[in-house]
Amino acid sequence: MVVVFAELSNGTFKKAAYEAVSYASKVAGSLGSQVCAVVLGEASDVSVLGNYGAAKVVHIADARLNNVETKAYSKAISTIASKENAQVIIFSNNITAKSVAPRVAAKLKAGLVAGAISLPGMSNGFVVKKSVFAGKAFAFVSVKSTIKVISITPNSFPIEKTDSSASVDNQTIDFAANDFAVNVVSVNKVSGTVPLSEAELVVSGGRGLKGPENWGILEDLAKSIGATLACSRPVADSHWRPHHEHVGQTGGTIRPNLYVAVGISGAIQHLAGVNSSKTIVVINKDIEAPFFKAADYGVLGDAFEIVPKLTEAFKKFKAAQNA
Amino acid sequence: MKILVCITKVPDTTTKIAFTDNNSKLNEAGVQWIINPYDEWYALVRALELKEAGIATAVHLITVGKADTEPVIRKALALGGDEAIRIDADSHDSFYIASQIAEYAKTQSYDLILTGKESIDYGNASIGAMVAELLDLPFITHVSKLDVAGNTVTVNREIEGGEETDSCVCPIVLSSQKGMAEARIPNMRGIMAARTKPLKVVAPVAVDELTSILSYDMPPQKTGVKMVDADNMDELVRLLHEEAKVV
Ligand SMILES: Cc1cc2nc3c(=O)[nH]c(=O)nc-3n(C[C@H](O)[C@H](O)[C@H](O)COP(=O)(O)OP(=O)(O)OC[C@H]3O[C@@H](n4cnc5c(N)ncnc54)[C@H](O)[C@@H]3O)c2cc1C
Ligand SMILES: Nc1ncnc2c1ncn2[C@@H]1O[C@H](COP(=O)(O)O)[C@@H](O)[C@H]1O
Repeated sequence: MVVVFAELSNGTFKKAAYEAVSYASKVAGSLGSQVCAVVLGEASDVSVLGNYGAAKVVHIADARLNNVETKAYSKAISTIASKENAQVIIFSNNITAKSVAPRVAAKLKAGLVAGAISLPGMSNGFVVKKSVFAGKAFAFVSVKSTIKVISITPNSFPIEKTDSSASVDNQTIDFAANDFAVNVVSVNKVSGTVPLSEAELVVSGGRGLKGPENWGILEDLAKSIGATLACSRPVADSHWRPHHEHVGQTGGTIRPNLYVAVGISGAIQHLAGVNSSKTIVVINKDIEAPFFKAADYGVLGDAFEIVPKLTEAFKKFKAAQNA
Repeated sequence: MKILVCITKVPDTTTKIAFTDNNSKLNEAGVQWIINPYDEWYALVRALELKEAGIATAVHLITVGKADTEPVIRKALALGGDEAIRIDADSHDSFYIASQIAEYAKTQSYDLILTGKESIDYGNASIGAMVAELLDLPFITHVSKLDVAGNTVTVNREIEGGEETDSCVCPIVLSSQKGMAEARIPNMRGIMAARTKPLKVVAPVAVDELTSILSYDMPPQKTGVKMVDADNMDELVRLLHEEAKVV
């Protein structure tokens, strides 16, 4: 069996869960096996995962699992994985997976590939590709244990609908009190926009925008295409923008389809977080800015003139598409 | 309260990455090694602050690495810390490394084990959670603020799409990121003191490596930037739609 952890967010699935189930379905296909999805916490409809290739969904609708508690999560996932005779266990490599997948791997003595960007190659053992050295290279990792854990990089694999359906198996796990040792005092979720790690379109601003009062033009640009905002480190350090928007080596690593960098010079530490983006557009007034070397499309000039024009062009394009 | 800080060495971010031996090994010629920034700036500095505040009684540093990691460990000791432990082994397998750290930790009684959020070379972000599992301890990842009162930690941590405040009774393992402390620069006294601080070399325990790196590859070069006239944003939108197919 290929077991996949399908994460909930406020009781529903997000893109990352569908990506993981689609990936699991491909792995199961090449192993001649089936997909069992694991869902932790309260949710209304979990059978929807069947549309992405899961044959079975094990649902632990325990309210204590509505927040991520790594001990309880790893106990639940590894218990189900053992029961299902899992050969491979799949996660989507976000913050949740980073705290749970390694625990599951250690519990089961299973080799872990964190941040996979390929399906496993099985012609010579079990080999998975991942990005290393901040996107400057790839490594081919061979997993030698009987059970394998793969945590896939978000936004790297297509979501694929199938015409199959899943059976739902509601189970309970016999948790111990100390499986919930961490006490959640408060949760503050930024609602409304797509989180950066999942965003397909990102508009990002740097010191070239001069000050927080100028972010309006970037917000308009982002809104015109439904993009999420990001920023360079000095922008977050100066409190022009909140820290969760900071990308780069010390901030978030993202992999959107489109990254629009406005007034960002393109320092190597900034590129480390964004250079796996599929398409990069750089808007900068200095032709010597290093970011142009990493860009697919460049616009030379003053951001304060260019950005509103680009926003208008996007609006026109959207209107024509919707017409 | 006794704190263990896990330290690893990584190539400086500006290093040009190249491989040797038929692309199976990092070419270390000319590589400048530094302490993984998350370990140094956040985990280690916060541990030192807790000691200075009289909350921690001892701060130990641990690394799993060969003798060539010692300059980096000494640099960490120059910032502070009472002693360092080097487990004499070299591995890229997270389970192997975590097992070494966990086995050593079992011989001590640490109240707090701190790691960085990830090592910037392989970016696994796995060691902390594995150490916690192997020691059957709670674990909180991506911690951006850490306070200790008595035997209880209160932390702010990043979660998917937001932030959470948690509290937990020690012992616990935490992974550290930006916000937890401000980077420091070692002073002359610290550098002198580091030379004579104990650096214990410990033989590794026998553990299977569950993964290994077969080879490396470089990403394809960008074909070069296509410049678009600043007065023709319709053209940029057309290219993004028709050529790049991203909008
Ligand atoms: C260990 C380490 C880790 C780091 N981690 C990160 C990280 O995670 N993320 C990160 O971003 N940085 C990081 N940095 C900092 C990084 O080195 C750069 O200093 C930073 O990215 C620069 O930010 P910036 O591009 O916004 O500003 P600047 O470098 O000041 O660039 C501003 C750019 O705006 C352009 N500009 C100015 N006015 C206009 C205008 N009117 N219109 C158009 N363009 C204009 C300029 O030509 C310039 O290119 C790190 C540094 C170190 C040493
Ligand atoms: N070889 C090592 N020795 C000691 N600690 C390590 C080692 N490798 C990683 N760590 C710690 O684990 C954290 C996460 O690393 P990783 O899981 O490799 O991304 C690092 O920030 C270090 O604190």
